[in-house]
Amino acid sequence: MQAGPPGRRARLRLSGLLWRRPWLKALALLTPPLAAFLIIYIGSLAVVFISSFWSVNAFTSEIEHTWSLANYRLIFDTSQPYLHIALRTLGIAAAVTVTDAVLAFPLAFFMARLAGRRTRAILFVMVLLPLWSSYLVRIYAWQTMLAHNGAINWWLNKLGLPDQNLAYTNAAMWLVFSYVWLPFMVLPVYAALERIPDSYLEASADLGARGARTFRSVILPLALPGLVAGSIFTFALTLGDYITPVLVGGPNSQMIGNVVYDNFATNVPLAAAFTLIPILTMGVYLVIARRLGAFEAL
Amino acid sequence: MRRIRKKYVLGAVVLAAVVTAFAVAAATVQAGSESVSSGLPTKIGKGEGRLNLLEWPGYSDKSYSSKFQKQTGCTIHRKDAGTSQEMFGLMHANGGGGGGQYDLVSASGDASLRLIYARDVNPINIKLIPSWKQFLPVFKSPPHNTVNGVHYGVSVQWGPNTLIYNTKKVKPAPTGWAAIYSKKYKGKLTVPNNPIQIADAALFLEKTRPRLGIKDPYELTRAQLAAAVILLKRQKPLLKRYWNYAADEITSFANGDVWMGAGWPYQTLALQGAKHPVPVKEIVPLPTTGWADTWMLASKAPHPNCAYLWMKYVTTPQIEAKQALFFGETPVNPKACPYMNKEQKGACAAYHLNVPKSYYKKIKFWKTPVPTCGWTKTQRCMDYNAWQQAWTQIQG
Repeated sequence: MQAGPPGRRARLRLSGLLWRRPWLKALALLTPPLAAFLIIYIGSLAVVFISSFWSVNAFTSEIEHTWSLANYRLIFDTSQPYLHIALRTLGIAAAVTVTDAVLAFPLAFFMARLAGRRTRAILFVMVLLPLWSSYLVRIYAWQTMLAHNGAINWWLNKLGLPDQNLAYTNAAMWLVFSYVWLPFMVLPVYAALERIPDSYLEASADLGARGARTFRSVILPLALPGLVAGSIFTFALTLGDYITPVLVGGPNSQMIGNVVYDNFATNVPLAAAFTLIPILTMGVYLVIARRLGAFEAL
Repeated sequence: MRRIRKKYVLGAVVLAAVVTAFAVAAATVQAGSESVSSGLPTKIGKGEGRLNLLEWPGYSDKSYSSKFQKQTGCTIHRKDAGTSQEMFGLMHANGGGGGGQYDLVSASGDASLRLIYARDVNPINIKLIPSWKQFLPVFKSPPHNTVNGVHYGVSVQWGPNTLIYNTKKVKPAPTGWAAIYSKKYKGKLTVPNNPIQIADAALFLEKTRPRLGIKDPYELTRAQLAAAVILLKRQKPLLKRYWNYAADEITSFANGDVWMGAGWPYQTLALQGAKHPVPVKEIVPLPTTGWADTWMLASKAPHPNCAYLWMKYVTTPQIEAKQALFFGETPVNPKACPYMNKEQKGACAAYHLNVPKSYYKKIKFWKTPVPTCGWTKTQRCMDYNAWQQAWTQIQG
């Protein structure tokens, strides 16, 4: 071995060992971050999944390790409200996604292809500015606007129209969710639209296509990955929310998040079992989104 | 750097997965939590210099707690909770007993028994709190914080559940709880979003359907619970919304969304005293339900002496009066009456503190539903999780 200080000799020995045994190098590099990811993310999901097969002590709310399918039987029992709540949540999430797609597309198109640099910057700021204020403040703002004597009714009355009665309904939740998640839809769609080369649109016009045909055949397919990426945000965020139903929802507005919130302290197994529905839904959704190319646009 | 071979990547994934599997197994094999059972202290020792409170917001406001901090040297660190669920969750997490993070929790009756049975709170020596002797008899050893004669905390404040109505919109004035089950003001009613509301329905059924045999609105058999659920499902279309926080109900009354509903004196006084006062009045149709808060000692409390000093301080008449007027609730110590009237004329009556003792017999204070029935040995009663599932079903 070469002469030198002992520290250097040890380092050289280690380096040689790693060179001779490349699998050791791979292990040392990959295992720590992989283990961290798996333990914190997959591991916690696994613990949730396992605890969904247990039950709780009726007195102490302690989890008892008695294996049974009772929680799943309760959730999939059609006389119970859980499936209904899950369907309602999925429905609202879908409605919010479609709404945001429709609202975000023109805005993103203008920002990406038509706006000058200054206008684009200003629009960016305006789209992102609400995200700087607290989520709770924005929902309370809507609660105030939708109230019986709120801003919306004030405007409607000035225009001679009757009062709206949207406060504390599912429609109010749809409105609020669409508003709150809109920036998350605008940005991926903007990114996708920005990448469409001008030459494609010129070529489409050269081939004789008018606006609508170009839109259908050229722009929309290329923007689809952006739309799908944005829809992941709007869909997933709506699926798990429980604060908006509490603040602007009415008597028939329970969502998945509310059931989990109500049960997480006293009946963890039931909450865990119910959580599986959004997890599986999002799993399927993400597989479809990947197929549609969403992750290239991000 | 050369790319890492695929088989080595797979090997690393397998190793990481094995490590994860061990971690998951370790997490799911629960270590039994030791219950620290030591004898009750016979006197309050020296303060430890710090007090961690898990409280309803405002329960240790500086206006009446700064003197305590000066006198005892116990600096107060607060964690505010919004609902009983949150309180129970925080006390039960991290191995229970407050996880070593909290000394006292101001639990309402719908959470207190859960905390006791989950061994998250320890018994206290009630003799160390001299004001206890002055308490109204109904709050000395109430079933929601005293089990088999053992005190698991000291009552601090209470409030009745009242029927609040807008005097301009609701004519004639309502006389009983039947008003919130009737179609007359459909779409303009509100009730709290809390499974303990089932007890209100049960109390109503106790009078209107005596054949159900309801003896205690918090101890319901399966059939009695089902009947209460049916009543509440019939009530749901009459509601504008369920309110979750007191501020929600205040907003709903103030902006005209709601004309009548179940609430607390806190909301009524806030609406009447607002900058643009709302014309509301409240009635307390007896029998009614009520809530009562208890300061309970966490079983893993790091500063028990400061905890006892706080319990002793906050139950004295002057501080009871101060807290009651600040928060909008009623003291358990009737000696607070003159202090309340000194700060605010007629406060004692407005908070229903000067009523005869028979009044309290007609208030059924919140109690966590547990599987054993106190009034029958032959039937099983529904536990809190059954109530929670019933409430989820009502909400739909």
